[in-house]
Amino acid sequence: MPDSGINILFEGTNFLRLLGGLWVTVRISVVSVLLSILFGIIVGMIMTVRNPVTKALTRVYLDFVRIMPQLVLLFIVYFGVTTAFNVNLSGEVSAVIVFTFWGTAEMGDLVRGALLSVPKHQYESGEAIGLSGLQIYRYIIIPQTVRRLIPLAINLTTRMIKTTSLVTLIGVIEVLKVGQQIIETSRFTYPSASLWIYAIVFFLYFLVCYPISRLAKGLEKKWQN
Amino acid sequence: MDWLFLQKYTPMYIEAAGLTLRIAAIGILLSFAVGLVCSVVQQLKIPVLRQIVGGYIELSRNTPLLVQLFFLYFGFPRLGIMISSELCGIIGLAFLGGSYMAEAFRSGIDSIEQTQIESGLSIGLSKMQLIRYIVLPQAVSVSVPAFCANIIFLIKETSVFSAVALADLMYVAKDLIGLYYNTNEALLLLVIAYLVLLLPISVVSTIIERRLRHARFGN
Amino acid sequence: MAELRCGILSDVLLEIKHLKKSFGDTEVLRDLSLDVHTGEVIVVIGPSGCGKSTFLRCLNGLEKVQGGEIRLKGNLITGSKTDWQKVRQQIGMVFQSYDLFPNMTVLQNLTLGPVKVQKRSREEAAETARKLLARVGLAEKENAFPRELSGGQKQRAAIVRALILNPEIILFDEVTAALDPEMVREVLDVILELAKSGSTMVIVTHEMQFARAVADRVVFIDGGEIVETSPPEEFFTNPKTERARKFLNMFQFDKRKEEP
Repeated sequence: MPDSGINILFEGTNFLRLLGGLWVTVRISVVSVLLSILFGIIVGMIMTVRNPVTKALTRVYLDFVRIMPQLVLLFIVYFGVTTAFNVNLSGEVSAVIVFTFWGTAEMGDLVRGALLSVPKHQYESGEAIGLSGLQIYRYIIIPQTVRRLIPLAINLTTRMIKTTSLVTLIGVIEVLKVGQQIIETSRFTYPSASLWIYAIVFFLYFLVCYPISRLAKGLEKKWQN
Repeated sequence: MDWLFLQKYTPMYIEAAGLTLRIAAIGILLSFAVGLVCSVVQQLKIPVLRQIVGGYIELSRNTPLLVQLFFLYFGFPRLGIMISSELCGIIGLAFLGGSYMAEAFRSGIDSIEQTQIESGLSIGLSKMQLIRYIVLPQAVSVSVPAFCANIIFLIKETSVFSAVALADLMYVAKDLIGLYYNTNEALLLLVIAYLVLLLPISVVSTIIERRLRHARFGN
Repeated sequence: MAELRCGILSDVLLEIKHLKKSFGDTEVLRDLSLDVHTGEVIVVIGPSGCGKSTFLRCLNGLEKVQGGEIRLKGNLITGSKTDWQKVRQQIGMVFQSYDLFPNMTVLQNLTLGPVKVQKRSREEAAETARKLLARVGLAEKENAFPRELSGGQKQRAAIVRALILNPEIILFDEVTAALDPEMVREVLDVILELAKSGSTMVIVTHEMQFARAVADRVVFIDGGEIVETSPPEEFFTNPKTERARKFLNMFQFDKRKEEP
């Protein structure tokens, strides 16, 4: 029978420490998402260019990122780059690099899809009423693509937050790692600590991700027409 | 590049890849089962069960596999339930994959137009015949690409199994890096191993997707 | 011609009495009664949203009715115990959006009903299908998938899909409304030919010329009730009611300039 292990939360600063760990998780995700959106827009536009070389390059990039587990990419940057170039990257920096590399590919593909999804007659209608190329983008194309993109970008954010849990495996002290530390130090006082702490970490992730995915779904529905 | 190292340790990777594949296969099959049950419950709008399924899907989709695994592997023994690493991986994968498969099934069923059902009814098909000849074949053509994407996604997700002491590919790579500092070689083999595992699946799924697109939309 | 056929074939195939249908609080059909005789062609016309499509769907059990009754050859089919699967084999229906099954070839689309529902032999069904396909000018399309056909071809195949079950009566729900103008004719010709060969049909359409040519009786529905039932010549040249006159006037254009 589990002892009243939930009390471990109120022991000292344990809960605050967990929240601090969660903040690291969120920080890595937010920075990576913002960078991914920025680079993703550029890569996405490059993807729509009808040039066999850029097409092939972006294709290989996208496929590689889609096939390789994020953890492998983390290992490559954290262990591989460090040894190969003799630089010392912290776990957090490695994580941001990897997640941005991954997110840019995903975001780029979303931007490409959104751009191509605007029907040709939308451009033509813009021309027909005498808009310039820039005006067509400003008033017709961008508003339509942005509505398609925002829910998808938000979705990518939740995926990013979930994937951030991996960084504990390259030594970043985030929520999962903090949880482990708490469990270790209270091994004798709270034998059931691991059950409670992991359950709490589980729900912390849920509490962060669930509202965000609801938001994405809501926006998607709202903007469907 | 240390060729001897590559030669010496490749068999370890092959063995680990076998383990990854075996657990992934079982986990994915279970995901299909869980997903099918969930989507049936949702389609038939069975009260109570439907809410439970809804809750499960949200929980599963909004939490990372790694945390799910830690809870199973380190938390559950405190309740007196010991779960082996392998079983843990399988349960975790099925828990995660079930919700993704349920969504894939749902998207397929949702894609069928009401008029198709009515056409079927108007030639006197029974409910079972309607499902067998109209709903399933059409739903599958929409769901299969999603299934393929999920399969790739789930195999990728197995890379965290090393965290619960499963001797998978990541585990071997980490071990070798820690033991011999042959980081480049260990990582190269790791990348190759995942490429060998996933590239064929990816290529096949692209082909299937194109075929199905053609079959359904003719382009 | 119309009177002649009505005069000879007096037995009632489909008997509709005081039909009522509403969606929530909106009454779509109120107290609608009509007899369809064997061999008769009824054309139902009326403004959009008047309930004519709903009427057709009620006859085929796709919509539940709230009141009144429908009898097919004297048997009540609006009861709670109606075996619609059986009834629908006798009441065929063709839809506006053709809706061939995209996962099957034309021939598979046609033989599905006969083989799976009516348990006819595959060979016989295929042979009948080929004959009927030839009759609607699609002889060489049996192995094509629906996506390879034009709208008009799809709709002709959809008519055959209903026909092959040997229904007592066929319902047509605005079958040309989704077609390009140049394909309307080929579909209407098929229906005209069916009318000549004595099929019983209830046709909802917006094609006035066609209605005039094919109908034995024109039923004008407005606001969920039958406003007027007349032989086509009479209806189109001298409608009895003001509402019908107004409706028909919408299809008339005055000349911009007076002729000298």
